[in-house]
Amino acid sequence: MKLPSRNVLAPLLGLLGVYALFALLGPDSFSSARNLETMARQTTIVGVAAIGMTLVIISGGIDLSAGSIIALSTVVVAATMNAGASPLVSAIAGMGAGAAAGLVNGLIITRLRVVPFIVTLGTLLIVRGLAKGIADEQKIDAPLSWLIDLLAALSPSTRWMIVPPGVWLLLLLAVGVAAMLRSTPVGRHIVATGSSEATARLCGIRVERLKTGVYVASGAAAGVAGVMQFSRLTVGDPTVAVGLELDVIAAVVIGGGSLSGGEGSILGTLVGALIMTVIRSGCSQMGLPNWVQEIVTGGIIVAAVALDRWRHR
Amino acid sequence: MSLLRVNGVGHHFGATRALHDVSLQLAAGSIHALIGENGAGKSTLVKTLSGALRPDTGTLTLHDEPFAPAEPSQARDAGVATVYQELSLAPHLTVAQSLFLGHEPTRFGWLDTTTILTEATTALSRLQRTDIPLDARILDLSIADRQIVEIARALHGQASVLVLDEPTSSLTGEDASRLFDVLRRLRDEGLAILYISHFLEEIVDLTDQYTVLRDGEVTGGGATAETNATELATMMVGRPLLQRTKRTSTVRDTPDPAAPQDDILVHVDHLHGSPLPIDATIELHRGEILGIGGLVGSGRSELVRAIFGLDPVTSGTIRILGVSGPTTPTACLDAGLGLLSEDRATEGLALNLSVADNTVMSRWPTRRRGWLDLLGRDRAAERWIDELGIRTPSPESTVGSLSGGNQQKVALARLLHHNVDVLLLDEPTRGIDIASKETIYACIEGLADQGKAILVTSSHLPELLSLCDRIAIMHRGQLGPFRPAADRDEHEMILEATLGDRSPAP
Repeated sequence: MKLPSRNVLAPLLGLLGVYALFALLGPDSFSSARNLETMARQTTIVGVAAIGMTLVIISGGIDLSAGSIIALSTVVVAATMNAGASPLVSAIAGMGAGAAAGLVNGLIITRLRVVPFIVTLGTLLIVRGLAKGIADEQKIDAPLSWLIDLLAALSPSTRWMIVPPGVWLLLLLAVGVAAMLRSTPVGRHIVATGSSEATARLCGIRVERLKTGVYVASGAAAGVAGVMQFSRLTVGDPTVAVGLELDVIAAVVIGGGSLSGGEGSILGTLVGALIMTVIRSGCSQMGLPNWVQEIVTGGIIVAAVALDRWRHR
Repeated sequence: MSLLRVNGVGHHFGATRALHDVSLQLAAGSIHALIGENGAGKSTLVKTLSGALRPDTGTLTLHDEPFAPAEPSQARDAGVATVYQELSLAPHLTVAQSLFLGHEPTRFGWLDTTTILTEATTALSRLQRTDIPLDARILDLSIADRQIVEIARALHGQASVLVLDEPTSSLTGEDASRLFDVLRRLRDEGLAILYISHFLEEIVDLTDQYTVLRDGEVTGGGATAETNATELATMMVGRPLLQRTKRTSTVRDTPDPAAPQDDILVHVDHLHGSPLPIDATIELHRGEILGIGGLVGSGRSELVRAIFGLDPVTSGTIRILGVSGPTTPTACLDAGLGLLSEDRATEGLALNLSVADNTVMSRWPTRRRGWLDLLGRDRAAERWIDELGIRTPSPESTVGSLSGGNQQKVALARLLHHNVDVLLLDEPTRGIDIASKETIYACIEGLADQGKAILVTSSHLPELLSLCDRIAIMHRGQLGPFRPAADRDEHEMILEATLGDRSPAP
């Protein structure tokens, strides 16, 4: 087993650094087991979407529609449950809606050759509009089911799970995708495409198909993140997760992903998402106002990328 | 009288010695050749002169005064102008804008377009190239014209020394000789020119003085008139080069029409591309090395790319190993046909990835259930590193950190690893050092002897003559007839490349 590469080591040290800082300066409640669990829960929605985003960014693209897809997914889950579908079928429908949006992204990018930034900027609005249309511009209530326990705080009877099932799902997904990225030809093809698309094409990699697949994966991941979001809200909300795609992209970038493609890792991305959660949680536990958190988070994003540039010189 | 002196310059990159005690003198009104294999230290020396790098030891003097530029702009202000191998023009700017980028003349804070236009015209007329339109965008110019713009920009101001790093590596013979005329004129104006090139014929033809570098040290120098290409080559590689002799073909010079059809691995019939090539017909036999010559832009690359499915085909048929129909890179590689790209920096290789990853990129060794076999990858990479003599610190090193020749060997290793039966090699030896060229030639001949079929394109005609069984020349998109290399000579091929095929139809 290899040690994490240097690219992951830096964010990992950063995470330990900010955690240690708040553990020292903050109240005792910050480092309690309870708060750790809360932070894990808070990271899950961004984390799941960021796994898909990592693939997109490694392949040299970007997906700005992730936040809207999360909202669409919550709406689809609630609507299908109201129509009588079982929770599992509803969850799959939420993920499927995300995958379908991702397929549209991928096909427009590869067939019409429009740059990903513009395409997903467009679908950011289209998908958001679609979610509002389906929900008739209001929150959709849904019957209670086990879906809302995915990210709920653990009760004493379920304490043995250590963290809620949604967090386990995130970890499972992360391990699976990381293994795919690291140890299967498809994973290497994604890296090669992001590193040099022309070279990948020369090597017989079906670049268009691969990229379409990557956007489908990203859409599906955002769909799953939407199921988690639904679990948290217990309603379908077409106005939720506005701007969340930026948190998702920030997680990937803090974790060592390069917007020019070819670089990034799942572990790094999760660490990046955790860094942002730790800052938020730490700041609020110390009673610092929201605006301080925002400034600190923004500073971390710029510092992480600047540090990365500096190391690569 | 020496204008620029380099006195005992040495430089280290970490533990690697890039330059050691290098001295040379550039005289006003002369062209001085700097030659050496890739990795010999030429680029490091150029960076020292241009202020991009400060040497660890030694000194420079310009006009008998100490010259220690801390950054490129200082070297330029002092009159040392450098034109790098990778042209550094912004593609979206116009010629006039490019010439003044960074020091635009202004009037009351606004761009002074009148001065820009008159001075741009003056700059180009000094190189006698006023035919280049000032309002053309760089991306619409040919490589040769971009080079002229780059030189004009470098000379702008009071340059007394001009450094050219491999200016002809991507020029055709005709464009190169136009460039030489420009350089001779500048020399006669009193400029000191340092000229770096791989083409020894050029050096002998163009330069007055020469200095040879090997492993960071000067191994020879003097008046070019007193030496020749063979001697220079020996100084560069440190051993006498085997004189390349014409390959003794295992194939009949003119393929036997009665030969079995399965002997033809690639059959291209009246292929038209968009817009090039125009009507290309090729029969590539097992064990054969075919050559396609022609000027840059004549459509050679478009032809091989169309065969490989990278460029569009408008009509005609391609049959690869018995299978015909529209081709895609994936299908070609599956059938056993691979392409070596002429552009190794952006297409041939993923420069940020490792030597090992690049070697196996088209065919990853896998274990059961589709998991990658990383040990298999490293074994494959090590095998080719060894067989092709790729100089790399390890299989894990990024390809971008290797010299051009070693990069090209990695690109070739990928085709060998894929074990293709047909190799389309587009300019396989462009811009690489002599020793790497020799390795690649030997490899190509070995592959032909194993019964593989190879199609080579090159703008360097002597290379085709010594390597190929049959050669055709491409002229403005039209592929001439393949004729045995034994019946060809350089002179006749140059005529065909510049004027087209004038032989009576067979």
